[in-house]
Amino acid sequence: MSFDFRPDIDPRDPLSTEEPRQETMIINMGPQHPSTHGVLRLLLELDGETVIRCEPIVGYLHTGIEKNTEYRTWQQGVTFVTRADYLAPFFNELAYTLAVERLLGIEAPLRAQVLRVLFCELNRIASHLVWLATSGMELGAVSVMLFGFREREDLLDIFEMATGLRMNHAYVRIGGVVLDLPPGATDAIDDFLDMLPGRIREYESLLSKNPIWVERNAGVGILSAEDAIALGVTGPTLRAAGVAKDVRRDEPYSGYETYEFDVITRESADCYGRFEIRMDEMRESMRIVEQCLDRLREPGPVMIEDPKVAWPSRLEVGPDGIGNSPAYVKHIMEESMEALIHHFKMVTEGVRVPAGEVYQPVESPRGELGMYVVSDGEHRPYRVRIRDPSFVNLQAVPTMVQGALVADAIAVIASLDPIMGGVDR
Amino acid sequence: MIAAELAERVRTHLPDVVVARGEVTAVVERDDLLGALGWLRSDEALAFDFLSSVTATDWPEREPRYWVAYELSSMAHDHRLRLKVGLPADDAHLPSVVPLFPTADWHERETYDLYGIVFDGHPNLRRILLPDGWEGHPLRKTEEIGGVNTRYKGAFIPPVDRRTAP
Repeated sequence: MSFDFRPDIDPRDPLSTEEPRQETMIINMGPQHPSTHGVLRLLLELDGETVIRCEPIVGYLHTGIEKNTEYRTWQQGVTFVTRADYLAPFFNELAYTLAVERLLGIEAPLRAQVLRVLFCELNRIASHLVWLATSGMELGAVSVMLFGFREREDLLDIFEMATGLRMNHAYVRIGGVVLDLPPGATDAIDDFLDMLPGRIREYESLLSKNPIWVERNAGVGILSAEDAIALGVTGPTLRAAGVAKDVRRDEPYSGYETYEFDVITRESADCYGRFEIRMDEMRESMRIVEQCLDRLREPGPVMIEDPKVAWPSRLEVGPDGIGNSPAYVKHIMEESMEALIHHFKMVTEGVRVPAGEVYQPVESPRGELGMYVVSDGEHRPYRVRIRDPSFVNLQAVPTMVQGALVADAIAVIASLDPIMGGVDR
Repeated sequence: MIAAELAERVRTHLPDVVVARGEVTAVVERDDLLGALGWLRSDEALAFDFLSSVTATDWPEREPRYWVAYELSSMAHDHRLRLKVGLPADDAHLPSVVPLFPTADWHERETYDLYGIVFDGHPNLRRILLPDGWEGHPLRKTEEIGGVNTRYKGAFIPPVDRRTAP
């Protein structure tokens, strides 16, 4: 395989002072390499330590989520899409649910919308913490890895308290959310908000001026705004290039237009800028969470009233996750035949959604997460396409890596934060 | 720009425009696709310079059978437009938009992989999610779920409803 990466040097010219170009080497990085965020494979063509060609190869985690949704009811779709980008489950659920709600022409009650925003922002913090942890590990800062996962564990405890599950919650449902906050959840979130700012300062004191961290990130993996837009890159990577693009502000959903928050940007367009943006975004998310907690003082319904759309069953968090509440089971099994018939019809057949198509974007921790949902009027989706930001952002790896060192490839992939569950779906 | 104004503006060049649920959808012939995208991008009031997504749907009983959908948005104006192209069942190919929008590269590969729609002029039209030797295009409605050949020691796992006790 020939490749003209330094056309100015003629390898046969005996008078050239530069060393002649040696034969290049093609190596596989991954799919089981520990720094590839799962099962990403990079085909690298190297000249010494320099990458002259790079091709990301994906698909190792393809699970057919999109095809599966076509064989399940609309409500069951939530449990499938939540597994795509497994570090941002609330965002997957929210994008899908908003799309279906737009097809149905309904809107979730106010309290449900606030809860959606609350959990999305907590999820954004959790996702950025995992990013910090894994990136730290990949670039040699192992203590940051332990710290990031430690704080994320507190968030997962909050998620478990509210939804019964640590990941893949299926919490956001068509017409609202599955459950209101349990007693004690607000206090747990308050405690977390008290704790986190000090911890973020701790991460920054470990990293911001750390010579190794700066050396490995600053000026590495530069992606200009123009290239990012052409390659479809969104999220922190685009904002690090100075483009203030955020779906939450530009095309608000779930009442984001009523929250106060800033869209963080940097001008450096490099890996270090993306690090700074994620640290600041955690602070912005905390601001939004505080506003959500204020609004949650008002009680209210968390699921739409319409019995033709709302999930009939009343759920409770038990020791083994969410399940039907014993009182509801007693109601349908012993008290009301009509309730049993209604429950059976809704659970087995589900809702019918008017024919049509929508594209619903939301701002996930990695960028624009879009759901293109098509209905043919039946009780199952006709087509669900997940526009996952990781999938699109990965296309930018060759642009950022070619001409750089192999070690920079690690920093570049870390700074993009691709989640292969979302890439391969 | 709100949907109605946007639709009015798009209609000056692309006659077939529908507004539904606040979204504007324009339908074009495949021969006009590149011209339409070029115009949508260069028109100052529209400035659709960002391609979010390319995907398809399959309607085996209808004509045209495939619809390829392009989700466009504008960095400057924050509005969106869907461009759709219908393709007949026996002639499912259309020009690649990679020269205009490099991001379409992987989207088109995915659409080719899952639907078998060919994008003419694509620089590297290979499967992306499935292995290179895969037979069929699984998101077509004619492809059943399950029944995948595992290619491991000749094993074949039949579809769920056709499994029998060993």
